Order: sequence, then C-alpha cells, then structure tokens
Amino acid sequence: MGGDEEQLTEQETALYDRQIRVWGADAQRRLSKSHFLVHGMKGIVAEFCKNIVLAGVGSVTLVDDRMVTEEALSANFLIPPEENAGRGKTLAELCCDSLKEFNPMVLVSVEKGDVSTFGGEFFEKFDAIILSSCSLVKKKLINQKCRKLSKRIAFYTVDCRDSTGEIFVDLQNYKYSKKNIEETVDCQLEYPSFEEAISVPWTALQRKVSKLYFAMRDCSSATADVPYAKFLF
Amino acid sequence: MATDEQLSAIKNSKVLMVGAGGIGCELLKTLALSGFQDIHIIDMDTIEVSNLNRQFLFRQSHVGQSKAKVARDAVLRLRPYINITAYHANVKDSQFNVDFFKEFDVVMNGLDNLDARRHVNRLCLAAGVPLVESGTTGFLGQVAIHVKGKTECYECQPKPSPKTYPVCTITSTPSKFVHCIVWAKDLLFAKLFGDKNQDNDLNVRSSDVGTSLEDSQDVFERRKDEDIGQYGRRIYDHVFGYNIEVALSNEETWKNRNKPRPIYSKDVLPENSSQWNGNVRKDGDVSAMASLGLKNPQDVWSLAENSRVFLEALKLFFVNRPKDIGNLTFDKDDQLAVEFVTAAANIRASSFGITSNSLFEAKGVAGNIVHAVATTNAIVAGLIVIEAIKVLQKDSNNYRMTYCLEHPARKMLLLPAEPFEPNKSCYVCSETPLSLEVNTCRSKLRDFVEKIVKVKLGMNFPLIMHGSQILYEVGDDLDADMVAIYSANLEKVLCELPSPVTSGTMLSIEDLQQEFSCTINIKHREEFDEEKEPDGMVLSGWTQPSAEKNKNEPAGNGENTSNALPAEETENATGKKRKLSDVSKATTSDGSGLAESGNHNQLESLDEDDDDLIMSDNLESLTKKKRPL
Repeated sequence: MGGDEEQLTEQETALYDRQIRVWGADAQRRLSKSHFLVHGMKGIVAEFCKNIVLAGVGSVTLVDDRMVTEEALSANFLIPPEENAGRGKTLAELCCDSLKEFNPMVLVSVEKGDVSTFGGEFFEKFDAIILSSCSLVKKKLINQKCRKLSKRIAFYTVDCRDSTGEIFVDLQNYKYSKKNIEETVDCQLEYPSFEEAISVPWTALQRKVSKLYFAMRDCSSATADVPYAKFLF
Repeated sequence: MATDEQLSAIKNSKVLMVGAGGIGCELLKTLALSGFQDIHIIDMDTIEVSNLNRQFLFRQSHVGQSKAKVARDAVLRLRPYINITAYHANVKDSQFNVDFFKEFDVVMNGLDNLDARRHVNRLCLAAGVPLVESGTTGFLGQVAIHVKGKTECYECQPKPSPKTYPVCTITSTPSKFVHCIVWAKDLLFAKLFGDKNQDNDLNVRSSDVGTSLEDSQDVFERRKDEDIGQYGRRIYDHVFGYNIEVALSNEETWKNRNKPRPIYSKDVLPENSSQWNGNVRKDGDVSAMASLGLKNPQDVWSLAENSRVFLEALKLFFVNRPKDIGNLTFDKDDQLAVEFVTAAANIRASSFGITSNSLFEAKGVAGNIVHAVATTNAIVAGLIVIEAIKVLQKDSNNYRMTYCLEHPARKMLLLPAEPFEPNKSCYVCSETPLSLEVNTCRSKLRDFVEKIVKVKLGMNFPLIMHGSQILYEVGDDLDADMVAIYSANLEKVLCELPSPVTSGTMLSIEDLQQEFSCTINIKHREEFDEEKEPDGMVLSGWTQPSAEKNKNEPAGNGENTSNALPAEETENATGKKRKLSDVSKATTSDGSGLAESGNHNQLESLDEDDDDLIMSDNLESLTKKKRPL
C-alpha cells in the first residue's frame, strides 16, 4: 500500500503503470498515502469512489446509513440488484463490499452515525472530504469544523439532479505550481468557505451566472431527498 | 431522468460496441444503467494486469481471459435481465459484414487503432448505421458522431498515420532517444534473438556499397562453445565500438553533426565477468535487473550500469531461455527484452550524446504505450451515451462533437462543437476519384497493391479492375487459373499488365467486405524524389475541408497527403533513404510517445495503447470555420 517506503512496490508499478505515465510516480506515492471520507452513496458518488479506488489512494471511508431502496439502485452500479444480497445492509456497507474488489490495495471501510456531530479529531484523519446527500446546514457545519483544524483538508460537495450537477470546492489556502513552456511558476489561491460562498447576495453576483446556481441554492434548502426535479433551461 | 420517448427508444434499441477496454468497460456499464437492453460487444483482446487500473469490470483473477466475455458477465450481474452478446473476435472478421451491421441502431467505438476504426467506418457507411467514435489519451478525450449524409465520416479528415523513420537515421545518425530505441528493438534485438532469415539493416552504413554479408553474419552468431560472457562483450564491442569507428571514417556524414564516440566494454567495465547469480523473480521471470540488484525502474542507469544490464540480459537469454533465441519479436511485457532494449538504447544514446532514459520511460517508447486513467474514459463513455440517445431519437440538430480537455479552454473542460458536413471530396463517403502519379513502366502491381491499396486506402480484400478486366483480387472461392494469373500480374509492371495501365487509365478498386469502392486516375511520371517520395507513387486528390495547419504540430502528425516524410526527418544525410515502414508498428493511430526527458504530460505527443485519441482538429479550427449541419 505504499506506506512509508520511498518507492512504489513492484505490484503497484505493474498495476498503476498506465496512470503513472500520466501523473508520475511521485504523485502516485502521495495518492497511496491519502485518506478520503465520502458521505452519501448515490450514483455520482459511486462513480467517484470507483475512480479513486482504481487510482490507488490509501483509504476510503464511506458514510451512508440508509437502507437500500429502488431509487438507490437505479444509478448506483456498486450495488448488486439481488434481494438477498442487500438485506439488512446499509448503502455504505453494500458499496464497501463492491469497492474493495476494484483494488485490494485500498482500505475501504464504513463509518456509521451522523458525521456532522463528530469532532475535529475525527475529520483530522482525512486529507479530503466529499459530501453528498447532505443538507445545507450540515455541509456548512462540516466545512467549518474542517477549517478550524491546522491540517488542511480538501473539502468537496457534489450533487446531481436529473441531467445537471454541481460541485463545490474549498481548498482553503492552496499553493501549487504551474508549468509554462519556459518556466515553472508558483501560484496561490484563496478559497472562500462554504458559508461565505453561498452567502454572497444575489445582487452582488456577476451578470453571467448560470441559472443552475440559483436553482441549486433553491433546492438545497429543501431536504436532500427530492429525487426528480426537472430544470427547464 | 429521460423523457418517456427517450426511455422507449432506448429500451427498444439494439446497439453494438466495438472494444471492451478502457472506454468499453465504462461504456457497457453506462449503457446498462441507462436502460439499454440489447447490447452486442466485440473485442479480440485478453485481459492484462496493466488494464486493471481502469478497466474496472476485470479482476486480477481474470488476467488472460476474454475482455468481451468477462465484461458481459460483470454487467449482467448488475442488470440480469438484459441481453448482452459478447464476441471474442476481431471486428475485421468476415462474420461482421454489412448485414451484421445493418441490424443495429447505432454503433459505438472504443477502439485503439486506426485500421479498425477505418474498417468500422466503412461498414457503417455501407450499412447506413450511425457511428459514435471516441478516443482517450491520459486526460484528453474526444467523442464524435458520424451519420451518413449528414455529417463527416471518420475518414473525411485525414488522420495521422504511424510515425516512421528513415533507415539512415536509425542505423547511422540518431539524434533522439526514440531513434536509439528503434535501433535497439528492431535491429539489434531482432538480429540477436529474432528470426535469422529476416533482412536486417544492422550493418548498413550511410555510404555502403555491397558489404560482404557473410562477414556480418559471422559477427553476431555465437561461436561454438564460446563463453557467454565473452560473446556478450564481443557483440557489445562490435556494435558500440567497431561500428561507430567505421561510421566515423565517413567524414561527410559528420560535417554538420556531432560525432559519436565509440565505446568499448573494457573501458566501461574493466572487470572480467559480470556477477552471475541468475536471480529469478518471484513469478518465475528471469530478470537482469533482479540479478544485478537494480530495483527501481524509474532510475536512469549510468553507462556502467546499462552495460552490465546489457551483458547480463544477453547472458540470461542464452542460459535461461535458449529455446526463445531465433524466435522472438519484441514484446513490451517481456521484462528481459525490455531490459535489454533499454540498456542497448541507452548505451547507443551515450555514444551519440543523447540523454539516457529509465527503463520505465524506455518501455513506454519501445512499447508504444499510451498513458491512461479511469476518469477520462468514464467521462467519454457518458458523452458517447448522450450522443447515442440523440441518434436514436434522430435529434440531428443537437448532434455534437465533444472534446474533453485537461485544462479549460474558454472556461470549459468539455468543449462541444457541431459536427462538420461531409467532405465532398472524401473518397470514402463521397465518390471522388483519386489520382495516382506513378512510373507505369517501373512500378509493379504488387507495389500498388501493398503500398497504396492496402496501406493508404485501408482495404483488406481488394478487387482491382481496369474497365471490365479484373487485374487482381483476393478471395476464397477463386479459380486456380485466376489465382495464377493474379500472382503473375503482381510481378508485372503496370504498363505490361494484360490490360495495360498507362497515363489516363482509370482503375476501380473495391473491398467487398467493407462494401467500399473508389476510382483512381493514373498519371504517368518519370522521376520521383527518393527522399520525399520513397514509394515512387503519389496519391492525391483528397483535399481537406479546412486548409488550416495544425499549429501545435505534434511530432509525427505530418501525413496529410500521401508519402511526404515528416519535415523533421529530412536530414542532410547522404545515401539511400528508405523508410523503415514497420518501425513504430503502432497498433495505434498516432505517432509513438516520444518521452525524451522522462516528462509525463506531453500534450504535443499523441500516443496510444489501449485507449487512444486522435486529435485531428486543433482548438482554433473550432472557433473559425464551423460549418453546422
């Protein structure tokens, strides 16, 4: 699993060969040491989990205590449709079983409970948090908890409705390098918190903002269980 | 979710996927989840370990099994009540004829080579079935839609063909690492471990005139009872020392070039024998790296280390794999072969002042490996299904070509564009005749068939007619007499054929399987430029719809018309310039990955492997002459 060794193992090199050629061995090493928290196991999140597990991250912790429903099955390819398989297990548990198979080198586990009530020491274990199927209030709360920590945790929310979707990113104070043809430039970005981002009064927004932005704000204030909202644009 | 009409169209459709690899796995999953109920899938490959980082329907335990079948089984577990038919076969097989294609409402490609793409394109045109094309390389992806009569076909815009290098660049005047790799792989490795009966340019020098072939053969053969260590050093000294000295003696070659330096084993490795402990890797593979304690494939070895690997690998082949000698072709998954080629290429590179590369990089170049990640394939698969649904609904106003970018352009990572209209002078989907300039008294029918009909026109089973006379055809049910006539015809020059082909002749060429035909007007020409037109034949008449030049011209993207060598390859070398045309025998449609300095993100090099991309348009052409439907 990478661990503390300087180099990738032979197994990792063989498995990850094609993607190491994309982002390099160093990035692969860092991926193998990273820990993810994922909340809300719907379709889009299932896709995301597949991708990061295949990429070879250190660990993925899943949170979703809901039981299986027909709706949950429709866009989530991690859950086998057989009735018996699903009995008694939460969405997170079912997805966990499937994800483990995609890459035995990644530690996939389940966390139960309402994470928005957990303390900073829980979130500190992670390098990135992805929230979905989560109310606005909870998103705000978790984002605040993360921002209070000295460790910088990458914070993402993702929601998909019908054929539209929205991703929110908060990398706090983010330093990175940009390679131009001639040189490498150091850059820095300062991300607003979740609360700051959604508190911008609508009158203060740029003129050309996608209508989606407003629609998502509007339906976010409802519960997370609105399945089929159709937006006509 | 989809509208009722969409759902109904999806449910009742019958679709074909060609390719069950990177794009294929994602696509099959997405199709099944989107409600498709009758899916057919063709793939001739079996599963390899390096597939598992993105072809998520496969597991370690599936390595060696058919991709199409395992993919089908995996998705049936998700949707047990749909129909998935898997064919472990080559899409070019005769069972996949026009009637087969006609059964489908839409065809979706997830292929990795130009040849198969052209083949499917022609069959879809013949069958009148819409085709959704796609490709990915690393973070880049592209989806395009081809509907006969409404949009371009796949071949309306010429695609770059695999990169080739002039012989002398490889044998005498390499200037890039890839030249050293080609030398090590196609010349040295082939000479030492490949079929002895094959022609080999290894001892060809720039100004060679009738060297005694016997001499060269003796040199590379291991003498009876010759000590393996001694044999290795002898070969080393011959190719890196003696051959270089000989090349240096021709002053003319080096007038405008840096001279190489000869390298002798005694100077690099003074000790007598290399360590021999014949370490076998855990999985039973023999490896020089393991034997020498070199652990990291990302390390760049010193000249001494490369030399040790060279000698050790050679030794291991002879001692541990003697049966393989004389039968091998280079295989990127053969660890020992990759080690040998890396070492040999690096030593040659040292000689010529070219930067060495790690085994990891060298393997990528030698194996034409295409870098790939799961996410791009997932995105492209989604886009394919979106286009496929539009096709099912005949929603032609909304057909889109979409580019998936690594960095946003115009603030977008997914850049849609309207498809172009068909190219009126496309010889595949329109019926424009082509022109061929050729010396009709010098070129034989065989040259025409091999270089023009098969390679340029992409036909597999051609039928060539002059008026009502058949000059040549391929088929199972031919008369023995006819077969004899056709064989004889191949060896004749064009003007001496039973139905003479001269200036002004019109030939009609057909491939019955592809149901594709075209006409070629012959124009006689006496002389051809040996460097620029080495085939002695120039095919033209197929003009590009937009005359823009690609500004980010990737290396290898030179071929718009027929035989022009990419500009950078026309160096001032003396001597003959034949093209080593199977040099980068790419199963890829793009030039090989030129990892010069071990850089990973090379936007300008188009590569291939399992999942490919052909970026035939640059972004500027999107903002300019878009011709909407």
